[in-house]
Parts: sequence; C-alpha cells; structure tokens
Amino acid sequence: MATFRQGVEAAIPALRRYARALTRNADSADDLVQDTLVRALRSEHLFHGGELRSWLYTILCNLNRNRLRSLARRPVLSPLEEDDAPDLAGPEAGGRDIARALATLAEEQREALLLVVLEGLSYREVADVQGVPIGTVMSRLARARVQIKSYLDGERPALRCVK
Amino acid sequence: MIDRERPVSEDELNAYVDGELPADRREAVAAWLADHPDAAATVAAYTAQAESIRARFGAVAEEPVPERLTLDHLLHGGNSSRRWTAMAAAAVIAFAIGGGAGWFVRGAASANASGLDSVTADALDAYKLYVVEVRHPVEVPGSERAHMTQWLSKRLGYAQHIPNLESLGLKLVGGRLLPGPTGAAAFYMYEGASGERYTIYCAKAGAPETALRYKGGERYSAFYWVDDQRAYVVSGPAERDRLEKVAKSIYEQVDKSGTRKS
Repeated sequence: MATFRQGVEAAIPALRRYARALTRNADSADDLVQDTLVRALRSEHLFHGGELRSWLYTILCNLNRNRLRSLARRPVLSPLEEDDAPDLAGPEAGGRDIARALATLAEEQREALLLVVLEGLSYREVADVQGVPIGTVMSRLARARVQIKSYLDGERPALRCVK
Repeated sequence: MIDRERPVSEDELNAYVDGELPADRREAVAAWLADHPDAAATVAAYTAQAESIRARFGAVAEEPVPERLTLDHLLHGGNSSRRWTAMAAAAVIAFAIGGGAGWFVRGAASANASGLDSVTADALDAYKLYVVEVRHPVEVPGSERAHMTQWLSKRLGYAQHIPNLESLGLKLVGGRLLPGPTGAAAFYMYEGASGERYTIYCAKAGAPETALRYKGGERYSAFYWVDDQRAYVVSGPAERDRLEKVAKSIYEQVDKSGTRKS
C-alpha cells in the first residue's frame, strides 16, 4: 500500500504537466489532477500491478473526456475561449503558437501526441492508456503532426508568400 | 548493408522522430532521408513540434505541487484550520454555481427561496468536502442502515427514511450528522460502480414547499426541493440526466415514506 501511494505521489508533477498541456488552463488542469488522484486513491483495490503511471494517465484521460462532454452540453458555463487565451499561453510567440495548434486537434490525437512527446510514453503504453491497437495510436500521431504542421505553416503566411 | 531503396512510410517517419524504430531500420531511414530533402524537412518540423511542446509545458512538472494536490491533504483532509479554508473555498464555489454561472434558480426571488439557497450552499459545501474523502467519508457505514435511521431521526427530531438507490446502480456508503442552518442536518452518501458519488442533504427549511429545482456547475450540480418544511438537496457529478433520475427516485421515496405525517 505504501508503495502504491509513493508511486501515485511521485507521478503528481508529471500528471500536472500533462493536464496543463491537455486543457491549456491551469485551474482546469489542477482540478483534473485532483479528481484523478481522488479516483486513484479510492480505487486502489482496482489496481492490479502493472504500470502505475499508465493507469493514472488512463484515469485522467477518462475524466477529461467526461469533463469535455459536460462542457459541451453547457456551453454557457464554459468560457472555452479562455482556455487558449494568449496570457495563459505565455509571453513568447512560439509558445502561443504551439498551444493554439494543440487546441485544433481532436481530443484523442492530442492525448496521444502529448503522451509520447511530453510524457515520454512508448507507443505500446499509449495504446494501453487509450485502449486501442498500436496502429491506431500511430495514425493518431501522424494526423496530429500533419494538422499541427499545416496550422503552424498557415500561421506564418509572411514567410511563405514571397513572390 | 543499409537498404536505401526501401520506401519509408509516414508511420516510419513518425516512429523515427519518436525513437520507436529498431536500430537497423533507424539507420536505413536516416540514410534514406539524406536523399529525400522533403521528407527530411517533415522530420525536422515534427521534431521541432515536440521541442516546442516540451519547452512550453515541461516546466509545469518543476513547479511546487499545490497543497490541495498533496496526498497528505487528499487522504487526511488537512488539519482543522485547513478544513475551514476548504469550507470557505467550497462556499465560494457553491455561490459561483448559483450566481455567477447564470444558472440561478428560475423565479427564485422570494425570501423563502433565498433561505433555500443557503441550505443548498451548505449542502454543496458538504458534498464538496466529503465526496473527496477517501478514508472517512461517513460516520456510520451503509451496512448499519437501521442504526443510522434511528440515530439521525432522533437527532433531527423527525423520522428519516434513507432511500434505496440500488436500482440506479448506487450503493449506500453511509451517513453523517452535520450542522444545518437551523439545527441538525442529515447527510447520506451513495457510490456507483465507477466511484462516482451522490449525496443527499436533509435539513429543516423556512420555505413550506417548493418544486424540484436544478442548480448546475461545471463539475458539480444539485437538485433540491422543500417538502413539508424539510429541504432536500441531492448533489452529484455535473451529468444532469443521471442526477435527475437519482433526485426523482429520492423525491418519490421520501414522498411515499410518509415522513410528512410523522
């Protein structure tokens, strides 16, 4: 039990990082991490060994999808544009670009890409977290990168239109 | 010998960027890229994307973890002064749900209704405070239903009927006694298969009777009503449809139990 809790505790900074990138809103991200931790501690009996970190990412992604569903049902309550407000994205223009680019992805693409590039999970682990075959993870990654690239390229017309 | 001729797929380019290729294929792709500048530019762009993402969000993991996210806080709820801070924070949230969020009760301008608002705020405080409690969410476990009914009926001064929500997939976790706006309040907690929790808060109310009303927030919501000067607040996750089913079942069971005649 002690090792379970130590494992959960050790994962908190990474969960915060992942949630921040996933939601691009500091408060929503920490709410999500709190809900994830509460759910994990309560469900300790459901954890049967394996990769604790992947299990926590799985809980976090599921809760985030629930959150997005309930936001979608009540748009009045959710100032969605706030999630990508420039002041939350940091002062540097590059940071703003990548945060906005992430916002244009489908949720499962964003989950997969961030698990790989930000959290350092293997394709196999991402497949476990998302409950899909590795091939699906790879096509999500490919689509996410093409989308981000075209978004970022489109953002800088001045560099491209030099007739 | 490295196979420079075998075509490289889109998936392989991604796997190359992510270091997921076996060593021999990795070398082959690197050699192939030397002859294919367009593909090499794509790989460079993907690598740059990953670096921007890490540059933008990587530092979050270096920030100190806020107290509310520490295991000590989540498991033990902090000491009493922290508990009051949590109460105050929860009250702010409850008010935000009611007022700021634009879901304020329809037609609830009367004095009676504002009394009911404070009951609802108390109930949401209690929900928010105890629903995250891992070790001690209740004082009396659900297995001692008879004892709990007797105890809380005595302390509240009127008969308690603890609804059965098994048909909705919710098991009684237990209950506790709480301070209400005018005397004692009873608080019951139920839990579903995936750990979601619903609570019932029951206290004396100033209003004689109201219809079922809804108060929704981003993460929590509540249905509440007054029946025979008793306020009931059913709180749960923000998913309205399920909460409505739960609340209606409780409404019917309380109504049928005949507590209003006791």
